[in-house]
Amino acid sequence: MSKRDRTPKTYTRLTHPLVRDSRDEPFRRATWDEALDRAARGLSAARGAFGMFSCARATNEMNYVAQKFARVVMGTNNVDSCNRTCHAPSVAGLSAAFGSGGGTSSYEEIEHTDVIVMWGSNARFAHPIFFQHVLKGIRNGARMYAVDPRRTSTAEWAESWLGLNVGTDIPMAHAIGREIIHAGLANEAFIARATTGFEEYRALVEPWTLSLAEKVTGVPAAAIRELAHAYARAERAQLCWTLGITEHHNGTDNVRALINLSLLTGHVGRYGSGLQPLRGQNNVQGGGDMGAIPNRLPGFQDILDPDTRLKFESAWDTVIQPHYGMNLTEMFEAMEDGSLKAVYCIGENPAQSEADSEQAVRRLKALDFLVVQDIFLTKTAELADVVLPATAGWAETEGTTTNSERRVQRVRRAVTPPGEAREDIDILCDLAARLGHDWKYADAETVWNELRSVSPDHHGMTYERLEEHQGIQWPCPSTDGLEPTYLHGRLWETDPARRGRLAPFGIVQHDPPVDLTDERYPIRLTTGRRLDSYNTGVQSGGYASPLRRGEYIELSPEDAERYGVVVGEEVQVTSRRGSVTAPVWVDPALRPGLAFMTMHFPDEVDTNALTIEANCPIAGTAEFKASAIRIEKLPIATIVG
Amino acid sequence: MDLHFGDSKPTDEERAAVDALLGPPESSWEGADRSDADLRWARGGRAARDRRDLLLPGLHAINDRVGWISDGALDYLCRRLTVPPAEAYGVATFYAMFSVKPRPATVLHVCTDLACAAAGAPELCAGIEERLGLGSGVSVERSPCLGLCERAPAALAIKAGDPVRTAVSAPATVEEAVLAASAPDSAPEEPPAALAVPQAGQDGLTLLHRVGVVDPASLDDYRAHGGYTALRRAFELGPAGVIREVTDSGLAGRGGAAFPTGRKWQATASQPDRPHYLVCNADESEPGTFKDRVLMEGDPYALVEAMTIAGYATGAHQGYLYLRGEYPRALHRLEHAIAQARARGLLGDDVLGQGYAFDIEIRRGAGAYICGEETALFNSIEGYRGEPRSKPPFPVEKGLFGKPTVENNVETLVNVLPILTMGAPAYAAIGTERSTGPKLFCVSGTVERPGVYELPLGATLGDLLALAGVRDGLRAVLLGGAAGGFVRADELDIPLTFEGTREAGTTLGSGVVMAFDDSVPLPRLLLRIAEFFRDESCGQCVPCRVGTVRQEEALHRIAERTGAAAAGDIALLREVGRAMRDASICGLGQTAWNAVESAIDRLGAYE
Amino acid sequence: MTVTPLGIPRRLLEFTIDGEQARVPEGSTILDACRAAGKDIPTLCEGDTLRPKNACRVCVVEVEGSRTLVPACSRKAEPGMEVRTGTERARHSRKIVLELLASSVDLSTTPRVAEWLKEYEAKPDRFGPDAARLNEEPRVDNDLYVRDYDKCILCYKCVDACGDQWQNTFAISVAGRGFDARIAVEHDAPLTDSACVYCGNCIEVCPTGALSFKSEFDMRAAGTWDESRQTETTTVCAYCGVGCNLTLHVQDNEIVKVTSPHDNPVTHGNLCIKGRFGYQHVQNRD
Repeated sequence: MSKRDRTPKTYTRLTHPLVRDSRDEPFRRATWDEALDRAARGLSAARGAFGMFSCARATNEMNYVAQKFARVVMGTNNVDSCNRTCHAPSVAGLSAAFGSGGGTSSYEEIEHTDVIVMWGSNARFAHPIFFQHVLKGIRNGARMYAVDPRRTSTAEWAESWLGLNVGTDIPMAHAIGREIIHAGLANEAFIARATTGFEEYRALVEPWTLSLAEKVTGVPAAAIRELAHAYARAERAQLCWTLGITEHHNGTDNVRALINLSLLTGHVGRYGSGLQPLRGQNNVQGGGDMGAIPNRLPGFQDILDPDTRLKFESAWDTVIQPHYGMNLTEMFEAMEDGSLKAVYCIGENPAQSEADSEQAVRRLKALDFLVVQDIFLTKTAELADVVLPATAGWAETEGTTTNSERRVQRVRRAVTPPGEAREDIDILCDLAARLGHDWKYADAETVWNELRSVSPDHHGMTYERLEEHQGIQWPCPSTDGLEPTYLHGRLWETDPARRGRLAPFGIVQHDPPVDLTDERYPIRLTTGRRLDSYNTGVQSGGYASPLRRGEYIELSPEDAERYGVVVGEEVQVTSRRGSVTAPVWVDPALRPGLAFMTMHFPDEVDTNALTIEANCPIAGTAEFKASAIRIEKLPIATIVG
Repeated sequence: MDLHFGDSKPTDEERAAVDALLGPPESSWEGADRSDADLRWARGGRAARDRRDLLLPGLHAINDRVGWISDGALDYLCRRLTVPPAEAYGVATFYAMFSVKPRPATVLHVCTDLACAAAGAPELCAGIEERLGLGSGVSVERSPCLGLCERAPAALAIKAGDPVRTAVSAPATVEEAVLAASAPDSAPEEPPAALAVPQAGQDGLTLLHRVGVVDPASLDDYRAHGGYTALRRAFELGPAGVIREVTDSGLAGRGGAAFPTGRKWQATASQPDRPHYLVCNADESEPGTFKDRVLMEGDPYALVEAMTIAGYATGAHQGYLYLRGEYPRALHRLEHAIAQARARGLLGDDVLGQGYAFDIEIRRGAGAYICGEETALFNSIEGYRGEPRSKPPFPVEKGLFGKPTVENNVETLVNVLPILTMGAPAYAAIGTERSTGPKLFCVSGTVERPGVYELPLGATLGDLLALAGVRDGLRAVLLGGAAGGFVRADELDIPLTFEGTREAGTTLGSGVVMAFDDSVPLPRLLLRIAEFFRDESCGQCVPCRVGTVRQEEALHRIAERTGAAAAGDIALLREVGRAMRDASICGLGQTAWNAVESAIDRLGAYE
Repeated sequence: MTVTPLGIPRRLLEFTIDGEQARVPEGSTILDACRAAGKDIPTLCEGDTLRPKNACRVCVVEVEGSRTLVPACSRKAEPGMEVRTGTERARHSRKIVLELLASSVDLSTTPRVAEWLKEYEAKPDRFGPDAARLNEEPRVDNDLYVRDYDKCILCYKCVDACGDQWQNTFAISVAGRGFDARIAVEHDAPLTDSACVYCGNCIEVCPTGALSFKSEFDMRAAGTWDESRQTETTTVCAYCGVGCNLTLHVQDNEIVKVTSPHDNPVTHGNLCIKGRFGYQHVQNRD
């Protein structure tokens, strides 16, 4: 048995620009002038075939400037960010129902609610401080229900944990909806006043009896019934979800199916009752709010609305394309067919974070020109023609970010960036200048004030007020007052005019995971986060977590026994797309046939070589949560210490 | 709760001990084998977390079976009860009767406290330790007062197993103690409780009149001697009527604080929050006190009946009897009595057919003097470390499980029976105007007939000592136990009433009257008292946690000194003592300096 | 529909502190009122994010009619109460408490304690050279934080922060009893075998420096820790979408410690392992 060093790769900061004269050559150090000139040349050559990957971890101000760069300098709406890989379905689903993509409640409200449903969310690990608010709620008497294939740390706090089959969220939700209707627990007053499409919904869920749902989800009918009754009978209830809902090929449908339950019971638009998608990145909310997505302008204003376009065209002195741009997923597909030739990638690592990572790398390599702006030489940066060293958004930059409860908060510069690293906005402006647009932003606040002038939802948030209130939640149209902590109170208005657009039920069908299990690939692999690590581990690998043990394929005790493998033993893990070796961990929270991995250690075990790029057609998010794999013992047993 | 468990597994025996208490585990998440159903649906939440109060019984179950609490056993218990292992570890290490380190199955507790020390405990201990060294299969542990002062010196053997076996040796010789420890089953039977009552069988006794007269196991015998007439009377009076009688009787708490019982009951009964609880404090641990043990061993049904009345009056449907862990015979007697009462419909859903539901659960202490403090006792029952709570809120408002609770001492409760049978006026006629009723006194030390004495409040110390046969050469009398104070041999005219002792600058406390003749070295005695408080301080507040250590250190320094050589340390003792009294959270710290102070000021110790 | 609750308006109650009239909202503690009145009462175990434990007893004051002194941190103000904060009796107990602590615990990194020892003329040495001390060695069993229980005053704040008041991990408890009581994980195991999730919320509330970042511990040992050269900048954590506010303590352009504002609506002073300790990547500069 051999042992292998499993210390994660540590990345050191980029301190100066890098360029290379051809893809076969290694990088060489360059001056900022040379690097920016090259970048400008490369981008201008690809006008009309350009895509911008903005950054869900950078500030609102940076995202604002980045999308403006794409739209004004490059004349395209092809701008997107990694929200595509996680919560785009939440935004798509919520805006389809309510016209706005944000979570409807605030953290504080979950402390004062009666029932909490955590669906596809291991917030205890992935959002620990949000979970502290949940725990306050539980300590205040709320009952929590967890719906998750694994009995996670979150689920261990639940009154009842429902261990459903991966990808059967819609059957579960529909069965809950049907049970609520049949038990006479639907909030008829709210349905009549605030929703549309109820009859269609009733017909849609009618076939989903508890017993059919039990067959499909694997969860006992009694458990589903109990959850249905608890949620419907609660005076206040919060429904929270994370990537267990969104990272499916039909993620938006999943989100709609959950929203339906809130419409059915009136658990939205009131203090303590609402919907709470938990965001994975510090500014995944803000990135979209700032318009760094292909279909919205800053302030989450629809590009297809001519008045909105006109407002921005006059503010920016430009012409805005009157159609949606490509999202991240579509841009990757466009790389394949050659219609996208240049990408400006800021702070993202798609070479490792995309599902089916081998395909992602192949596509990035097919680009004519790739500029990467980052704080590290990531795997994506290694593929670039020009690499620009940036500052760390959260510690070296002034600005704001927007959290999962729509709270815009100030980020501040605490340390001086290393070497020649520069702030994203300055780099973008220098590049814009080289491409003929001379933007003058004295500082982040100037950018913010420009945003405030075009986004009514942010208008009332001056830096001064953000400081005073320790962040302000949008909408904040006025500099004089604050709005309620929850959204869509309008739905409860008696006056139809003030009620506004009614919320439609989502008519969505069950569609099982694309990557089916069969005799050759008998195990369902699902993915998630661990407490001490983050995404591709580029940042979290930098500190010495005593909890970290590297990447493992986690199996149920039964499966470990069936395959005759023990903890630490390396095995071959193979999906229809790729194969990796990984050591075994045994987790009693898993049941037979269900395995778990993370994407925190791609340099050791490239989990995304296994995952499937089956994308949600609406939001473009891939089905990270469901692939089919098999486990094979290695010919020579290797134990990892 | 997302609990973390190590790799330690329970042995089959440990698992069986826990399962015997809790029943078999319901799911794999609780420790059963994994089943398909478990992997699809798990229940937990509030119901699972609400069983924390079974932690202490669980620790007892393991300790009783195995003799100590291993990592694996603790983890298994925690898994069963959804209790974090760190918390359970904190609880297990709080109690002196538990060990989290391996030790022999048999533990012999040898009392080294005041009465036993005066009766030769040091020599006894040394002798036993010589015989029962390493490899003897017995762990010898020096113990604070075992509540057997009338038969000092005393030893208690506990042999883990199924069932656990115990044997008391008192007065103990090395030979008898060793026999009790090595073969508890064949150790001679303890003498009947009545032997601790020199007045047993005499006329005119109110509280002790059944001790030694009735068969403590027989409910019928109890009824034949007037049992359950008080409860019947209570049902006639109704709850408010009972409280009025108790209030009019002038009964004050006998546990040491002398709070008017009627007022306490009224305050609890009138709380709108539900449920209400009744707690009987039978954690009799004040050195020198053994009256509650004698009552429970000699007349157990009286306590069961009295608790039922108290529960009825205060609107409680559940009573807890928190019994000192070192009282095995009282435990057996009361377990039996409660089962009998239940079988006869005197406890349960419909007591005496009156539509009133009441039941009693016994919870055993595990060796912590502090758990006699009322709020510490609540924490102990709830499965937390027995640390006192900050008051207010007071127990009548927020007590056990945060609910309105009335807590009374055993003797206090038993007084309710004569109040109801003879009526408040007749009861109030006993004793003095401000201290009504009979009182039990635990007389030990240098007297001919140590034991529990019943006298009307108002008798003098001299009367009591005459009854017990005080020996010549009396130097000092300790009133109220370690938390009480010394008086001189020339102060025997102190009336034994709450107000009389207070006026004399001392306290009645729990009724301890411990006589010392001039052969007992006072500094040694004071040092033992200081050690006791250091050992028993829960550690929560600084004045007590560190103050009791500094007190002991100073007394140690001056053990052989007098006059000017001791003056500096005595000044230090006064300063520390004053802060302990003023700033400690609970009565333990507040009284930890009392006895020492009285010895210095009253007896002229170190002069 | 349910509207945003504004909270039930709290009545004001009146009482006196040192003879002066005080008006505070119902539910306020004596300490709240004293602070509002500008009176400096020493506190150690009191924490602004935690329920009062009143274990240290250094904040005791005299209340008319009370047999013993009362802890200002936990006792609620009552109408008509007469509170006296600076009496000889209260000052005596504070002085003794400070002496008892200083004679048994290493208070060298406890803020303000030196000032109080002076103010109350405390002489911890008078218990003699043989006075029992905790005598604990620092426990360095992981790379993130150090537990130096020689500095522990057993205020319970770490236990409360780890337990049901915030983190609900319950990795630590008070074990043992009396002077031998110590903060411990189950079976007194090393931290790495415990339930600890390294959120550091215990460090956030520790009043004595018994719990500290390894970085601080090492710098103190090397003599390079210098708070006068440190800046504190509050920003937002980048590790997930919750938006926790981090206060970065920076010395010589290196982040040396991370805290969170206790009044922050998102964190209430709490963080997770990533927010608390996951900063090293920005300063992996070569």
